[in-house]
Amino acid sequence: MGQSISVRDLEAWYGSNKTLKGIHMDIALNNVTAIIGPSGCGKSTFVRCINRMHETMPGTKVKGEIILDGVSIYDQDPVALRKRVGMVFQKPNPFPSMSIYDNVVAGVKLNGMTQKHKLQAIAEKSLRMAALWDEVKDRLNYSGMSLSGGQQQRLCIARALAVEPSVLLMDEPASALDPIATMHIEELIRQLKADYTILIVTHNMQQAARIADSTAFFLNGELVEHGPTSDIFTNPSDKRTEDYISGRFG
Amino acid sequence: MNDRLRNYRNWMMLSIFTIATFIALIPLFGVLSYVVKNGISALSLQFFTNLPKAMGLSGGGMANAIVGTLIMVFIASLIGIPIGILAAIYLTEYDRHSWLSVGVRFATDVLTGIPSIIVGIVIYTAVVLKMGNFSALAGGFALSIIMIPLIIRSTEEMLKLISHSIREAGYALGISKGKTILRIILPTAAKGIITGAMLAVARVAGETAPLLFTALGNQYWAHSLNEPMASLPVQIFQYATSPYKEWHQQAWAGSLVLISLVIILNLSARFAFRSRSN
Repeated sequence: MGQSISVRDLEAWYGSNKTLKGIHMDIALNNVTAIIGPSGCGKSTFVRCINRMHETMPGTKVKGEIILDGVSIYDQDPVALRKRVGMVFQKPNPFPSMSIYDNVVAGVKLNGMTQKHKLQAIAEKSLRMAALWDEVKDRLNYSGMSLSGGQQQRLCIARALAVEPSVLLMDEPASALDPIATMHIEELIRQLKADYTILIVTHNMQQAARIADSTAFFLNGELVEHGPTSDIFTNPSDKRTEDYISGRFG
Repeated sequence: MNDRLRNYRNWMMLSIFTIATFIALIPLFGVLSYVVKNGISALSLQFFTNLPKAMGLSGGGMANAIVGTLIMVFIASLIGIPIGILAAIYLTEYDRHSWLSVGVRFATDVLTGIPSIIVGIVIYTAVVLKMGNFSALAGGFALSIIMIPLIIRSTEEMLKLISHSIREAGYALGISKGKTILRIILPTAAKGIITGAMLAVARVAGETAPLLFTALGNQYWAHSLNEPMASLPVQIFQYATSPYKEWHQQAWAGSLVLISLVIILNLSARFAFRSRSN
């Protein structure tokens, strides 16, 4: 059994506002799946449902089913689930009170690992995977806040990887970054997909075209179309997808 | 023409602000210099080491009052700081919007503004009369009642300053809510929380009214926390309202010690954690 995600009849509310209206979607293992769509279409809500982060906000509600690796995520403890489904946010959010090193190992350390040599190995491995090691290896004790925006975002990616999840959710991870930092992150995503199932929400259609194996187009809380990225961008089957990617709205 | 008028107005306004600032500073420096001037002459080593002496004998001090203030402020901190911080955590992290939180928040605002003599009377009725005697414990307890709302409010403000994205980052790593609060949120807010707590300590160190009915005061050393205990503010009050010149001198010296204590607490709250911020 591979780790894949099946979403069935997923509905989500934010207060009385229904932001997801019955999503059916299968997400393939070790693939990059991009979620595109205009603002407010529910794409962020969708990924936030997969690690049950949506429910942490007051006044929210979810209905439907998400099966991860054969088991419903709603039958699992959300804290345990989030160790398997990591998340990177739109704005870099390193822990302000912690050093670079402590940021990276926060997930494993606060969950009980105390052996120093293991923590050090995890920190180095994660920072290397996030392509940040060479830039920070001489100042691991500096505050995480001392890094640039792009470095902070890679630090957050390293922090998510350190927990060794199998799925990585990325909610517009490059939208607050400059083109060079964006390029770093995209390169990283291409490398990570060998080991991870990645879902990336993006506003940037070129970005989706560059990095995603498959792309899903969301509109007004519905999944309009989901297929191989090349099909979505060159031969969409739905008129609305075509209008959106050709820039007629959104 | 217009420019000249504007520059003139600008100059006028700046002058008014500057003058107002100086006027505001006059009472502050007035009080400080007056206390220093009057207090420093009565201050001696004996003042810190000796007990008060009977009228007519020289060499009396306020050692018991200084220690008493420190003990009762310590008792108040022991009760007030943990309760205040824990309540603030509940209000910001667990239950921001319910009727209970809104009620508690309203009550803390009211309590912050309540005259401290009322706290004294309430503790007198509720604790002193029930226990049958004035005591240091009742005094510390009264001070803690004044501290709690101050600490709840300051801690809550500090916790609210922390972006929700920091909490989400913790949850997203599979860290439980309790650990996220304890190991991520609290350390991030620690500087502000400690500053708020120290300012609350400084505030109650100078309270007189709640101690008058609770700890009462004592011319000797208290042998246990269950006995009346001297404190600087109460001792100052009693000496200053006495008819004796020597006691007036002692009251000034006590005022100087008390004001120094409060200033030291304030300054250390502001500076102790500044160096660690970078």
